[in-house]
Amino acid sequence: MLYAILSGFLLAILVLFFGKQVKGKLAAGLTLLPLGLFTYFLFLLPETANGNALLFSYQWIPSMGINLDFKADGLSLLFCLLISGIGALVFFYASYYLKGHRYLDRFYSYLCIFMAAMLGLALSDNVILLFVFWELTSISSFFLIGFNNDDPASRKSSIMALAVTGGGGFLLMAGFILLGGISGTYSIREMLVSSAALKEHANYGWILFFLFAGAFTKSAQFPFHFWLPGAMKAPTPVSAYLHSATMVKAGIYLLARFTPVLGGHPYWNYTLLIAGGITMLYSAFHSTLRTDLKGILAYSTIAALGMLVFLLGAGSEQAMMAVAVFILVHALYKAALFLTAGILDHETGTRDVTQLSGLRKVMKPVALTGLLAALSSAGIPLTFGFVGKDLIYEATLHDSLGILLTAAAVLTNILLLYAGFLAGIKPFSGELPEAFKNVHLPDMRLWVPPLLLAILGVVYGILPSLTDASLMQPVVQSLSPGAVTAPLKVWHGVNPVLLLSGLTLAGGIGLYYYRRPAHSRLQSIRRYDPFSPETLVLKGAGRFDDFSHWYTNKLHSGNLRSYVYIIVIFMSGLLAYKIATGVNLYLDLSNVSRISIYDATIFCIIIVAIWKTISTSSRITAVACMSVVGYCICLLFVIYSAPDLAMTQFTIDTLTVILFVLVLFRLPRFLRINDRKVVLRDGIVSAVFGALISVIALEVMNEPTNKETSRYYAENAYLMAKGKNVVNVMLVDFRGFDTLVEITVLIIAALGVYSLLKLRVSAIEKE
Amino acid sequence: MKSVILRTASNYLLPLLLLFSVFILVRGHYSPGGGFVGGLMASIAFVLHAFANKLENTRKLLRYPPGAFIPVGLAIALLSGLAPVFIGKPFLTALWFSTPVPIIGLVGTPLFFDIGVFFVVIGITLSILFNISENIL
Repeated sequence: MLYAILSGFLLAILVLFFGKQVKGKLAAGLTLLPLGLFTYFLFLLPETANGNALLFSYQWIPSMGINLDFKADGLSLLFCLLISGIGALVFFYASYYLKGHRYLDRFYSYLCIFMAAMLGLALSDNVILLFVFWELTSISSFFLIGFNNDDPASRKSSIMALAVTGGGGFLLMAGFILLGGISGTYSIREMLVSSAALKEHANYGWILFFLFAGAFTKSAQFPFHFWLPGAMKAPTPVSAYLHSATMVKAGIYLLARFTPVLGGHPYWNYTLLIAGGITMLYSAFHSTLRTDLKGILAYSTIAALGMLVFLLGAGSEQAMMAVAVFILVHALYKAALFLTAGILDHETGTRDVTQLSGLRKVMKPVALTGLLAALSSAGIPLTFGFVGKDLIYEATLHDSLGILLTAAAVLTNILLLYAGFLAGIKPFSGELPEAFKNVHLPDMRLWVPPLLLAILGVVYGILPSLTDASLMQPVVQSLSPGAVTAPLKVWHGVNPVLLLSGLTLAGGIGLYYYRRPAHSRLQSIRRYDPFSPETLVLKGAGRFDDFSHWYTNKLHSGNLRSYVYIIVIFMSGLLAYKIATGVNLYLDLSNVSRISIYDATIFCIIIVAIWKTISTSSRITAVACMSVVGYCICLLFVIYSAPDLAMTQFTIDTLTVILFVLVLFRLPRFLRINDRKVVLRDGIVSAVFGALISVIALEVMNEPTNKETSRYYAENAYLMAKGKNVVNVMLVDFRGFDTLVEITVLIIAALGVYSLLKLRVSAIEKE
Repeated sequence: MKSVILRTASNYLLPLLLLFSVFILVRGHYSPGGGFVGGLMASIAFVLHAFANKLENTRKLLRYPPGAFIPVGLAIALLSGLAPVFIGKPFLTALWFSTPVPIIGLVGTPLFFDIGVFFVVIGITLSILFNISENIL
């Protein structure tokens, strides 16, 4: 299992090394990985029947309860199959769609990372692990959305997507930590046990808040929906992959995964019902205003996600069944429609619905795909969409708020049907315009993948039992354990549900014939833009930008003196506050060792050196005197038997002086500070700081020291680490990891210095 | 710098100081010293040489740019940490050869770790100092 997930990451690295081959013939060959994974998950499928789950556990950080625990149950496998299955088609499709692209190797690398992260997300049983994969999907999708990185709009929308999903991820982390703290485990499987306790806990509301923040941002729920239409700037295969089956469904997955743990509480149900309901109505309505094919699909995707959240909120067993089926229905038809839109864009150069028409005459298989997908999205009988829609109505009708919910669902479905027809049928019907006469059927690598998906939608529609026991029942079992649901059927007889279906179809088809898409509609809602969440968020970001400009200009003047000044004042303030509140000072002279002649001499030298430092007007003398102070401190270390410290301090002092002298060449020879006030001010600040440090030093001496740690090291240095120098043993052995990190930090600092200096050199050379 | 005395002296001092820095590095496990101090001393030796003989000559003497020591050192430190992983022990577990080497004493992965630190410190100090002095002089 671990290898199945890691294989994507490995391939991502390999692809970069074989960039040239990938750009050549190898691209389509990469499809083998998702295909192989798909087969692997398919073979796991029978084992999850009856709600069983397969567990795979690997140790990672056992001391913190974070392990590589993977669990494959119905829900996970449904997502894994979608991710790898649609992934395989998208890999194949992109090999032609982006043929000869300069950065094709990078594209596949990002795509592999994304796929692997999604698989990890769907299979993780440990919330921390889940979070890691969650963030990985955000980051890799950032690169995918901004793939056309020379387009400013594309860069902007990828940053927006990252900001929204990343912000949500941050809150999600908080939620997970809360969850882990309350239930005492990071394993979702084990959280199930403490489900009741979690729901009664005082922080239950907070957990929900954080969890929903993560899920809603990822799944583009109102008011965080705006990043998704923006993300349509990505190449179409990416949109198809990210927005039909994977990335945006991650939020749905999260909610579904936690339904058995946290669900069933009124907070949970009503929040999801309201958020999902608003989202689906709002964006289904918006989708009818768009004329860009991908815009229509984006908004109808948000509406579908809203529908899923809404159903999760309804919470009944029927609703869970509807969720399971609708996830698959939506993934099948939406991916097919996206890929079709990509073909149209690729072949005609436009995605404007008002211009596209009559293309069935030149690309028959594509038209068939569009038709089948649109029918499935409409829920015409004998498509899988019909089964899904039936279940949705079944679920809403049985809810306590039956009429209200059903009305919302019907309205959304009517609008979605319209959007589906617009995207799947409109471009192919009617007369073929003169401009598109030369358009021809593209390579089969483009039209086979969507056609497969569309046909699958019909096959499942005619024979829903194909997916029932093998796929859907296990999903329902993992959503609400022990649920008993009726098997999937095409025909339920004449009942209210069928009537509602008929109403939806009539309404949607009527709308499609009555209403033609036009640019003017989009214009007419532009005046509400100042109130849209997108504008508000952008404005907020602008304010933040202004604030940081102001802050930077205020505090980062570039003047070293003012930096030191601010830092010292701040430190003194903090320390003074701490000392003023609750530190009792007294000097226990019995503990202080007697002052020897050496101490006195060194002390005198230091005093003289300091006096010389502040009174001299030559910089070089000041530096030399400072180093005298430093060396005197080294001598103190030697006297008080800290040879290691003394050695280090000695060499560091030497290097500092050298550095100072080097920099001095650049500075004016002499210090001229004539302003008495400045001198006085600096004098007071340094005196206060020095006094505070001395007080702390005295205070530390009074504290009873805890010798346990140092005794442990001293006793075990030779026994365990075979070294007699405890300081060194700690550095290289006991705390070796710290040292490793420290030298890494040092290296980063050196790189910073190096690049800053080089930057200046090249700037000077340019002049 | 034009002082003949310093230039002549630095030519003899450099190997001596380097030897001393290695000595400090190796004895670190038993008496005061270690990779960090050793690295600093070695860099001081080179800086002294640079002062006396001009920077270009020191660079020539080093043959590689000082920055090249950084990845080498980091790699040594990392490998010494990874070595125990290959025999199934946690990262950074100390492994020791059973027979002590004359003068140095027991040799084990901590020593190599310290050697890594030594090189990293040399690389960092020299690349910062050399670059600053090149920019300024």
